[in-house]
Amino acid sequence: MNWIANFVRPRIKALVGQPDVPDNLWTKCSGCGQMMFHRDVDENHHVCQHCGHHMHLPVDKRLALLFDDGAYETIELPKVKVDPLKFRDHKRYTDRLKEAQSKTGRQDAIIVAHGRMGGSRTVIAAFDFKFMGGSMGMAVGEGLVAAARLAVMQQAPLIAIPASGGARMQEGILSLMQMPRTTVAVEEVKEAGLPFIVLLTDPTTGGVTASFAMLGDLHIAEPGAMIGFAGRRVIEQTVRETLPEGFQTSEYLLDHGMVDLVVKRSDLRETLIRVIDLLTHPGVPEMPDEPVDTKDESLAIPTPEENREAE
Amino acid sequence: MRNFLNFEQPIAELEGKIEELRHLGDDGEVNIADEIARLQTKADKLLRQAYSKLTPWQKVQVARHPQRPHFADYVAGLVTDYVPLAGDRAYADDKAIQGGIGRFNGRSVMVIGHEKGGDTQGRVKHNFGMARPEGYRKAMRLMDMADRFRLPVVTLVDTPGAYPGVGAEERGQAEAIARSIEKCLGLTVPIVSVVIGEGGSGGAIALAAADRVLMLEHSVYSVISPEGCASILWRSAENAQTAAEALRLTAADLAKLGVVDRVVGEPMGGAHRVPKEMIDALGAAVERELATLSELDVATLRRQRREKFLAMGRDAQI
Repeated sequence: MNWIANFVRPRIKALVGQPDVPDNLWTKCSGCGQMMFHRDVDENHHVCQHCGHHMHLPVDKRLALLFDDGAYETIELPKVKVDPLKFRDHKRYTDRLKEAQSKTGRQDAIIVAHGRMGGSRTVIAAFDFKFMGGSMGMAVGEGLVAAARLAVMQQAPLIAIPASGGARMQEGILSLMQMPRTTVAVEEVKEAGLPFIVLLTDPTTGGVTASFAMLGDLHIAEPGAMIGFAGRRVIEQTVRETLPEGFQTSEYLLDHGMVDLVVKRSDLRETLIRVIDLLTHPGVPEMPDEPVDTKDESLAIPTPEENREAE
Repeated sequence: MRNFLNFEQPIAELEGKIEELRHLGDDGEVNIADEIARLQTKADKLLRQAYSKLTPWQKVQVARHPQRPHFADYVAGLVTDYVPLAGDRAYADDKAIQGGIGRFNGRSVMVIGHEKGGDTQGRVKHNFGMARPEGYRKAMRLMDMADRFRLPVVTLVDTPGAYPGVGAEERGQAEAIARSIEKCLGLTVPIVSVVIGEGGSGGAIALAAADRVLMLEHSVYSVISPEGCASILWRSAENAQTAAEALRLTAADLAKLGVVDRVVGEPMGGAHRVPKEMIDALGAAVERELATLSELDVATLRRQRREKFLAMGRDAQI
């Protein structure tokens, strides 16, 4: 049954295309538990109309939400060595990969897209959390390198949108090496004088947070997203006390100086466009229509005599 | 008193016997010296056998051996005129990361590294080598200073990982590690890193995005501890041994994967048996790398370092 559900059915779906009727007409809000009709879910970009909770937004919908007219192109990513460690736990890593690939229809957990935002060229590297928890291995690293290179080539800003549990254990030390690797990649964008903006989404943790995701010119987070380095369970076991309320949420990080803005999904596009415009189109100082009248008494600098008189 | 690891038990027994015999003294009836020599040969043979084919899990134990030389031992043995420096100038002095200036083979260097502490008191003081954000920020401050005065940087990596605590998260553990990696990569002076014990994930790479990364023969370097990996993927920490094998965390494996540039051999029976020999070997290995790197101009040095990490994993194969 599993094989049919996990492998055959997605394959058939991929062949015949997405059905017009979604599997689920109703979605339960993961925040307040209320039911939402699928059309409302879509219209609201997966934000609960009852409580405002930001639910998981599929990566292609996110890209459509951000780019002008929802139009963008994705680039094909260079192939990487598959399973260099020949890793297996209960399952082979190669099998887990194949499963994730047929489930998501993607090669790996990252998608690199380019298009226009507010009329300006923009490159976005977005994680797909559904692909092995958005974990960062060599393919994801390769994606960020490619995105950075594309941004520099197009002289466009780079927006990274992580949604990741961290490094991909199955690639061992090579996944850890993606931390310096992606750091070099985003440095190239910054050194080219282009904005590098990180849009932190739920969840962003571990090696992803501890590398490129904390190196943005600007950090924007979606409300209520879980963002941190160590996992909650690990921290609880270490400190043996209950964690503060709202610990490791976007708002908590804003309070502690780690992000610049917490922005609702509905305002994201506008905010990003404004920020990028401000950073990339500094403009020239606007001159008033008429020269300032220096004889205007209110603007004139008082002479020493006048000063004395005033006293 | 020497601490013995589980797999060293037969050796421990033999060495115990040898000790006893030595205390007996020579009473003429049996030639004790001969007997001692015979047992010693046997013990040496066992030791050689055990250490020539350590399993990954045994290496993890050797890497964590309490008597393995630590940062402080290497500095004491290799650096003269050492001046320890403290504090991140923002919040605190994190004792899990030590650093300072001193002379290494005549040249001024900046040495930075994790310190696990030598005894129980020391381990608590140094938080078992698990650094908080202020530790990485101190490291960054020292790297900036090294850059300003053109001092090569040597980092010694020995940490179970960055400290997972509430305060550490609040003060930006992830950001501190990310910036520290960025700082290493941007240095205009040579940086050589040596994994001397445990290279624990993000807490390790924060100090190891270096021109040359060396590893001691029995040290380990991994994205996650075998225990952590086992509890996630096998749902039980008891599978740590299996996880240690799957993770490919030994020096030999990492050299094959191109993550480590050179493996520094350890004395027979591990660094903790003959610390002096280990310290000298590390000194010689670091010297060799610094000598080569110091011939490169700044632009080449930085370019090569960045290219190395950009290509990381592209040709990797076990």
